[in-house]
Amino acid sequence: MSRKITSHDPAAGFFRRLRNTLGPKGMPTDDRGRMRMVLDSMILHIHPAKVDVRTLRFSYTWGLGGLSALLVVMLMSTGVLLEMNYTPSPPQAYLDILNLRTNVWFGELIRNIHHWSANLLVVVSILHLLRVFFTGAYRPPRETNWIIGVVMLLLVLGANFTGYLLPWDQLAFWAITVGTSIVEYVPVVGSWLSNLLLGGPEVSANTLLNFYALHISIIPVSIVMLMSYHFWRVRKDGGLSVPKTTAELAAPEEETTRPERVTTIPHLVRVELIWAVTWIAVMLTVGMLVAAPLEGIANPDISPNPAKAPWYFMGLQELLLHFHPVIAAVLIPVLALGALALLPFYDISLGSVGVYFRSWRGRYLTLIATSLSLFVTPVWVLVDEFALHWTDWLPGWPTWISNGLLPLSLLLLGFYTLQAALRMIFKTNPEERILIGFTYLFVALIVLTIIGIFFRGEGMQLFWPWEIVPAH
Amino acid sequence: MTEINDTNITRRDFLKTAWSVIGGITALEAGALAIAYMQPRLAEGEFGGVLTIGAVEDFPPGSVTHITDGRFYLTRFEDGGFVAIYQRCTHLGCSVPWEQTENMFICPCHNSQFTSDGDVLNPPAPRPLDLFAVSIEEGIVKVDTGNLIVRDQFDPAHVAYAAQENE
Ligand code: HEM
Ligand code: FES
Repeated sequence: MSRKITSHDPAAGFFRRLRNTLGPKGMPTDDRGRMRMVLDSMILHIHPAKVDVRTLRFSYTWGLGGLSALLVVMLMSTGVLLEMNYTPSPPQAYLDILNLRTNVWFGELIRNIHHWSANLLVVVSILHLLRVFFTGAYRPPRETNWIIGVVMLLLVLGANFTGYLLPWDQLAFWAITVGTSIVEYVPVVGSWLSNLLLGGPEVSANTLLNFYALHISIIPVSIVMLMSYHFWRVRKDGGLSVPKTTAELAAPEEETTRPERVTTIPHLVRVELIWAVTWIAVMLTVGMLVAAPLEGIANPDISPNPAKAPWYFMGLQELLLHFHPVIAAVLIPVLALGALALLPFYDISLGSVGVYFRSWRGRYLTLIATSLSLFVTPVWVLVDEFALHWTDWLPGWPTWISNGLLPLSLLLLGFYTLQAALRMIFKTNPEERILIGFTYLFVALIVLTIIGIFFRGEGMQLFWPWEIVPAH
Repeated sequence: MTEINDTNITRRDFLKTAWSVIGGITALEAGALAIAYMQPRLAEGEFGGVLTIGAVEDFPPGSVTHITDGRFYLTRFEDGGFVAIYQRCTHLGCSVPWEQTENMFICPCHNSQFTSDGDVLNPPAPRPLDLFAVSIEEGIVKVDTGNLIVRDQFDPAHVAYAAQENE
């Protein structure tokens, strides 16, 4: 019997009473005590007292959601420290970063950890999204959590983007200039919106202040609130979706074999701690070894050549080189994000939840879609760059049609033909077609991003990566 | 309790609706207030206000002068007319340098090219460089950097002349 000791225990001395306010001493040794501890603790309460043992399988979740959460915590701790040595006003912002690197105890380390954790968070939240997608875990009842996830991904990108400007160096200034100029292409309200965001017609001291407010309060507070909701929903939706092997999919679960449930302490908490400590060590090491970039102070009169957006927007920037901005920066992203967020509402088959790639056949189809996209996307980039001159061929046409809707429709037609062909060959069902479509488009985005990062050089022309001269 | 029917709203329904309407209006007001609060803050004499640039004679006809503080180029045509061309590229916002040897503006970011009056020679820029209004008062050139003139093509109405030269 583990009865809770309160701080009012009259038998205890002063120090014991003080200590007892923190909670029971020592780890409970029986399962009842362990479950009590979870239920009694505020932080551990994000977990249920017991979990289905199958959901603990590492190769199901890859610990990606937990790692995202850890990175958010690390970003907040290092971010608060950075804030205390930073003035959001040019040119002091830049001088403060220099000071941080040379004069502040561990300033460089804190900055590096913040920088690399932020970049890793973008990668890890996208990987988490992929694992949720490929296991079908977004399907009912988890559709709300999927939408929250999409919103959090946007907030993570927003946090990164607003943080990018803060060092106020050339890299920051021009990446944000190019990135925010896209806003002006939003029909009707574009320039009004851009003016509001930048606090004027171009990136300036006002922009720095706006971005600072977004970066240190509005976005992180929203992320923390949504994260809490995200975790609460995992519990409300009955814990994680349960992984199934393809064999288990074929032979439907017998109700007689009741799932084995184990106590959260130690089974879940232990792996979470190991995982967290490992990644803290990794980030510390990276922070000690790899310096976050910093260029010369921002000079609004001299644009570097080439001026590139932050790496996670390179796919978008690559699209901008091929389509009229309204199509590339507004229509395509809005359609893609809409299709992503609403996924659980049109992909509604439930049978394969918990099975990676839906089925054995699904693995082959995923592989086929990946290979096709790996081939088609670079070829299309080259053809569009060197052989297609829509605006010259259709001189009288508005460019948002000739270099926008028209090529986009052709691409969509090609995409549809491909789906139809795969449907003929493999008799694909709806969930497989969604699997193929998502994989194909996601790989295309990755390819465009890689081309933007590694194959675009001076004047945003195509080069081999080893021929590119650094921006000047 | 009276029956709820479609011709008669109950006291409770009325209050509910009234509260939602008041709540909605308050939310709208708060939103409008926040947006108004965030409007760009501009000041006279700095970029964003009216700048005094100099005497007309300082700028020879057929010249392009970079006014760094105002973030624009003052182009004076052969006929003596002035335009103030905002240096920000209409494609994605890079600062466009004037290349004297090539006699055009060439954007380093994605290679858009513009004539000395800002017209597009080479895309991807979708429209000519934007202008600021130039006024000439008693031989002194003034430029209002608070208002962008966005245009689709060259328009003679945007060119400012000193009074005596016009006659
Ligand atoms: C700041 C970013 C995020 C954090 C900190 C986070 C955290 C977590 C954690 C800790 C879990 C528990 C299981 C696991 O680790 O896989 C989870 C599950 C889940 N997440 Fe996220 N997540 C984030 C972003 C996203 C995104 C971008 C999506 C998708 C659009 C998403 C959708 C889901 C769904 C549907 C589940 C339930 C999965 C299941 O039941 O199998 N989350 N998240
Ligand atoms: S910003 Fe000038 S060409 Fe793109």
